[in-house]
Amino acid sequence: MSAAPVEIVEREFGELALNMGPQHPSTHGVLRLVLHLSGETVIKAIPVIGYLHRGVEKLSEHLAYDQLAPVYERDDYLAPTANSNAFVLAVEQLGSIAVPRRAQWLRAFVAEWQRVSSHLVWLGTLGLDLGGALGGGTTLYMYCFRERERILDFLEEFTGTRFHTNTNLVGGARYDLDAAMAARSDALAASIKTALPELWAMSGGNPIFQERTRGVGVISADLALGVGVTGPTLRASGVSYDVRKAASYDAYAELPFQVVTRTAGDAEARFQVRFDELAESLKLVRTIVAGLPTGPIFARKPLKNPKATKLPKGEAYAAVESPRGELGFHIVSDGSAKPYRLKINAPSFKNLQIVPHLLPGGLVADVVAILGSLDPVMGDVDR
Amino acid sequence: MSALTTGWLGAVVLSATVLGVAMTIVAYLTWLERKVAARMQNRIGPYEVGFPHGWLQPLADVVKLIIKEDITPRAADRILFNLGPLLVVVPALTGFAFIPIAKGLAIVDHAYSFLFFTAFASLTLLGVFAAGWSSNNKYALLSALRMVAMAASYEVPMILALLIPALLSGSFQLTEVVEAQRGLWFIGYPLVGQVAFLIFLICALAEGNKSPLDILDAESELIAAYNVEYSGIKFALFYAGEYAHTLAICALAATVFLGGYLGPAFLPGFVWLAAKCLVLFVVILWIRWSLMRLRIDQAIRINWMILLPAALVNVLIAAFWVVGR
Repeated sequence: MSAAPVEIVEREFGELALNMGPQHPSTHGVLRLVLHLSGETVIKAIPVIGYLHRGVEKLSEHLAYDQLAPVYERDDYLAPTANSNAFVLAVEQLGSIAVPRRAQWLRAFVAEWQRVSSHLVWLGTLGLDLGGALGGGTTLYMYCFRERERILDFLEEFTGTRFHTNTNLVGGARYDLDAAMAARSDALAASIKTALPELWAMSGGNPIFQERTRGVGVISADLALGVGVTGPTLRASGVSYDVRKAASYDAYAELPFQVVTRTAGDAEARFQVRFDELAESLKLVRTIVAGLPTGPIFARKPLKNPKATKLPKGEAYAAVESPRGELGFHIVSDGSAKPYRLKINAPSFKNLQIVPHLLPGGLVADVVAILGSLDPVMGDVDR
Repeated sequence: MSALTTGWLGAVVLSATVLGVAMTIVAYLTWLERKVAARMQNRIGPYEVGFPHGWLQPLADVVKLIIKEDITPRAADRILFNLGPLLVVVPALTGFAFIPIAKGLAIVDHAYSFLFFTAFASLTLLGVFAAGWSSNNKYALLSALRMVAMAASYEVPMILALLIPALLSGSFQLTEVVEAQRGLWFIGYPLVGQVAFLIFLICALAEGNKSPLDILDAESELIAAYNVEYSGIKFALFYAGEYAHTLAICALAATVFLGGYLGPAFLPGFVWLAAKCLVLFVVILWIRWSLMRLRIDQAIRINWMILLPAALVNVLIAAFWVVGR
């Protein structure tokens, strides 16, 4: 997946080929779009990826299983814990390693907090896309980041790291939640919940925001399933598919929550799905704190030499619902201490496939609105 | 009036004073905008350069921009490229010449100063288009094309809204327009005045590239709009031109709707004028930093479908009023 040169040919008179990215304020990192414009109307869009490729899958073949989880946290850098969670699930499946119940709940706890923080970043950057850095967009962005900052502060206090928390271990969770931290989590969830109406008023409740997103970038359920988009993007098209329900992992089988869906399939529906998921995840963290089972958080013996952990020969696939959709790890083991081959099934990559179908017919301003509503993370796309 | 305000010497002194004051105010408007925006966003804004509250920041910015390398792209049209900033900044500042700062005192007190002002305000369009076209950059070109579409649309209701004060005062001379507001400011005229002011304010957002109508420097789409290839002092001129343009439009709105230099006698007239300008500017900032941006087709639809009919009906009502008075 190297960044293959795309030939830019202006085929006929009046057509303008515009190179958008990889350095552009609203391509969410280093996505490059080659747009063919007629006036301001997009007639063709070619996404070019690979500018953030770091060879994580190849790197996996050179590290032991217990060394790998932190590496994947750098993939989808807005929700790091989802990556390592999927990886440890696959390893546990391959090695038939049992995970204590409390550890499963703790994994879900961190994952839900990071879902809230990831969706807040998405909302803020959608604001930047629609409102610009010199306008109301930044205001929404700053408001979102104010709330997100408090989540990061909480996670720092809980795990020692603001971001790449490294909570998930093969066979358990690394950090235990004590009563004081549990109380702080509850207070934070309650306080962020009260901030949601304010964020709604600045985004979804604003007529200009509705005007910019309603009917823009409509994905029909057929197209969504045909291309293979996942996560909130899929659920906004009326397909109720959530890995947490469909192939329950960690503690999610025991946890009550709603799968948020919309049927419109446009940018506004994707916005609404993610916004409602904010409230749903805030409810979930409080449920988890209230019902956290007692017991150990780690099943295996303490590790002295990570390379001593060997997995049996075989293959395993495990997936989690990251804030962007189904994030899966496929491991092929040859019986040694390192994966023989590892493949990451990344949601942002799949969601980006819809771009050439959505952009033609829209205006340049719609391009940024649609991209923002898809919420791609380039670290997740390129790996 | 003393010799300093009459004759050619008076014209020079007055122009220099107004220009100096206007440029200083423009520099400090950037500081004001950053402070207001910061307050709205739960931030502090400029703080370190100059005590208190970073008041030397505009000076530091200007010095930085002056000593920066001045780059002209190889593929650019050099003459137009260098002319662009001047074509923006000069007409924007010329607008101040027509604003009356005291009874019967304006640098140019022409019988049609009203029309001259709007004509000069529209001239900045030329500079923007020259810059966007000559940069030989596709983003700049798109922005320049948007500018033409927007300006061609929003000029119309703007002029129609400005006709209301002219109709009510029966004059195109700005000093006369202000004097006609001695009894009641034109914004105070029921419905006619308020509708005209509202239409003017919306058009001013479009003319001054302020969100939600900052279609042409939509930096999340077009990166930095028509001035994307400019750096150093030329960029600073664009920046100054934009703020001067906004300030001039605020001054015009204050003059024709809010009674200009009129106000209680304990403060001189120009202070009242400046205060009204500032209030309008902060209102524009408030709108700018709260709202998302409209798409260009939506912005133009609002103009032709809502603003233009409203402005036309408004002019008709005002005309009947004046005739029946």
